[in-house]
Amino acid sequence: MDPAFLVWLILLLPLAGAVLNGIVPLFIPGLRQKEGLIGSLGTAMVVIPFVLALYLFVTFAGEPVIVTMFTWMAAGDLNVSFAYRVDELSLIMTLIVTGVGGVIHLYSNGYMHGDPSFWRFFSYLNLFIFMMLNLVLGNNLPVLFLGWEGVGLCSYLLIGFWYENLNNSAAANKAFIMNRIGDFAFLLAMFILFRELGSLDFDVILTQGPAMSQTSINWVVFLLFFASTGKSAQIPLYTWLPDAMAGPTPVSALIHAATMVTSGLYLLARLSVIVLSAPVIMALIAIMGALTALVAATIAITQNDIKKVLAYSTVSQLGYMFLSSGVGAFSVAIFHVMTHAFFKGCLFLGSGSVIHSMEHVEHELHESGEGRIDPQDMRTMGGLKKYMPSTRITFMLATLAIAGIPLFAGFFSKDEILARAFAQGYDGAFYASFAWIIGVITALLTAIYMTRCYVLTFEGTERWPAAETVHPHESPWTMTTALWILGVLSVVGGFIGLPAVIGEGHLNWIHHFLAGEEGPVREAGEGHVPLGLEWGLIALSSLIALAGVGVAWQWFSQHGVAFDARIRARFGKLYDWAAALYHVDDFYNKTFVSAVVDGAEKGLAPFDQRVVDGLVNGLARATRGISQLLRYIQTGEVQSYAVGIVFGMVLVVVLMLFA
Amino acid sequence: MDISWYLELSAVLFVIGVLGVLLRRNVIVILMSVEVMLNAVNLTLVSLSQSMGDPAGQVLVFFAMSVAAAEAAVGLAIVIALFRGKQTVDITQINLFKY
Repeated sequence: MDPAFLVWLILLLPLAGAVLNGIVPLFIPGLRQKEGLIGSLGTAMVVIPFVLALYLFVTFAGEPVIVTMFTWMAAGDLNVSFAYRVDELSLIMTLIVTGVGGVIHLYSNGYMHGDPSFWRFFSYLNLFIFMMLNLVLGNNLPVLFLGWEGVGLCSYLLIGFWYENLNNSAAANKAFIMNRIGDFAFLLAMFILFRELGSLDFDVILTQGPAMSQTSINWVVFLLFFASTGKSAQIPLYTWLPDAMAGPTPVSALIHAATMVTSGLYLLARLSVIVLSAPVIMALIAIMGALTALVAATIAITQNDIKKVLAYSTVSQLGYMFLSSGVGAFSVAIFHVMTHAFFKGCLFLGSGSVIHSMEHVEHELHESGEGRIDPQDMRTMGGLKKYMPSTRITFMLATLAIAGIPLFAGFFSKDEILARAFAQGYDGAFYASFAWIIGVITALLTAIYMTRCYVLTFEGTERWPAAETVHPHESPWTMTTALWILGVLSVVGGFIGLPAVIGEGHLNWIHHFLAGEEGPVREAGEGHVPLGLEWGLIALSSLIALAGVGVAWQWFSQHGVAFDARIRARFGKLYDWAAALYHVDDFYNKTFVSAVVDGAEKGLAPFDQRVVDGLVNGLARATRGISQLLRYIQTGEVQSYAVGIVFGMVLVVVLMLFA
Repeated sequence: MDISWYLELSAVLFVIGVLGVLLRRNVIVILMSVEVMLNAVNLTLVSLSQSMGDPAGQVLVFFAMSVAAAEAAVGLAIVIALFRGKQTVDITQINLFKY
């Protein structure tokens, strides 16, 4: 089959699903209850592209396939078309987006059951998939940027899905506005590239890019990294992601764990040729990534809301991916994107399953007058393994994966990142050694906070009131099937990237696929770490993971929630500071947000009221005044009209005679 | 006789007619003024036709006269209809405009 046609289908099916599910139920309200129809259509429109992408993957011959559809803008020297590129990197990303996306669509059938806006949800989800595909398949920066902005829009629509609650709308605004700050940097980078190179196609950028002046390259890479901090939630633009948990859990899983937040990583990997030419900025990227990872991990330990723990965990893991990009290991970053999509997606979907059940418990408790509990608060969970076996096992598998237990998916990708950072540091780059140390500490913290999350939720005794009579239930098959798919992938997904010490690197399939001889991703050198030291590093990572899990299991199984108080007592001020999110949100509010709001209130609002409204109202008043004068022309007497006719006639004759 | 006399007479008649239409109150007097205007034009046509030796002007006068006759009939019929309703021929009273 013609690859161009398949690409066309892969892109248009989700768009068609979005339009159909969005427009038809809008005008025919009777169809809005047909959840089976809407859900199946929405899910099919993502699963079919997955199958098509799989076909493209299997038949991929090594040469990138470029599909140009039509011209978008042609103005002066700028010529931009809707062109798409099928190569190793975009294929992997497409498979992740449509595969994990399809699983989450299936899950949403169960999770959103009974919601009156079921149809709107699936419409937005399909639209998101379409935009994300534009992002990863685009062959030039404007199409990528279209997808970039589009996923930001869909993120806004989906975070604020239950918009009647103003907190959700506020969270959606926060996400969109912070993203836009990053997007401004992206635009500036595109302007610089266009001015220097005259084109925004990847072929041109990747071949002629490195020849630009060092200042231009540094600025472009820095601006693109800054844009990525917005989209991929790194310091300084990360505070929107924890607030984004206000959206439904499938949204958190798809957008804020598996796909949208990885856009920044994809961008850096795609432009790896240029990024490698800016070593100063790479150091910045690695250090910022490492610091973000550490800071977010410290916050995650203090959180009681299960989704907030996972949100900060996502920020932390994204920090790892940026660390990897910063030391030049772009393919490993993409590998971690993939494994992260599996285990973080599974964790979020699992948390959704838990929240779904706890909402029933909360409802029953409220009905019987026992008071309200927060279905997302881990302090009123506990012992759920008795009631939700599938959710429990898959959550545990994903927890072990993220903690980096050997042979699970997360172990291979995280270990590879740390190994490459160490290798760069070993070869003399001090920033890489610094990043490596931070990464190791964060790995320990990751194991601890994730195990805490699992144990407080599923193990121990039940902590909600009337626990003997009110029980949660396992979720429907649509949700548990999705959990199992991702759970199994969290276990086996890592084997496509076995580390270099095994089989001398020949078994590292993903590395060869992406960064091999003809691969699209350029990388920094592998480094010259002796074999013994490499095995030592692997042993260290395994030890840290096992120690972290074991220690946290011991602490929280024995003491339950009370152990948090012991951590607090041990760390005092530091713990409180972390629990208050290091006051970053407060700082942003006091400086930037109040500046804008006050400026609007004191400057723009009076301007709008006095000048703009004044002009419009003044125009109306003037019209009225003139008409008050002119109305006397109409008398109703025929003779006055006849006078008018005679005057006009005389005027015409005079003009004809003398002009 | 110089044609200019006829043309001046015709112009004066026309202006008298116009002023009558604009300034008189009685509807029947207005109709008479309209007839005066028509006659002034007829006079112009006939005098120019005579001076240029082209009978076309006089033919046009025939047309104008028949139209004037028809128009006088219709105009008077309208006056009668108005009088039946308003009981007056004062044109300033025939005004539905309210303000």
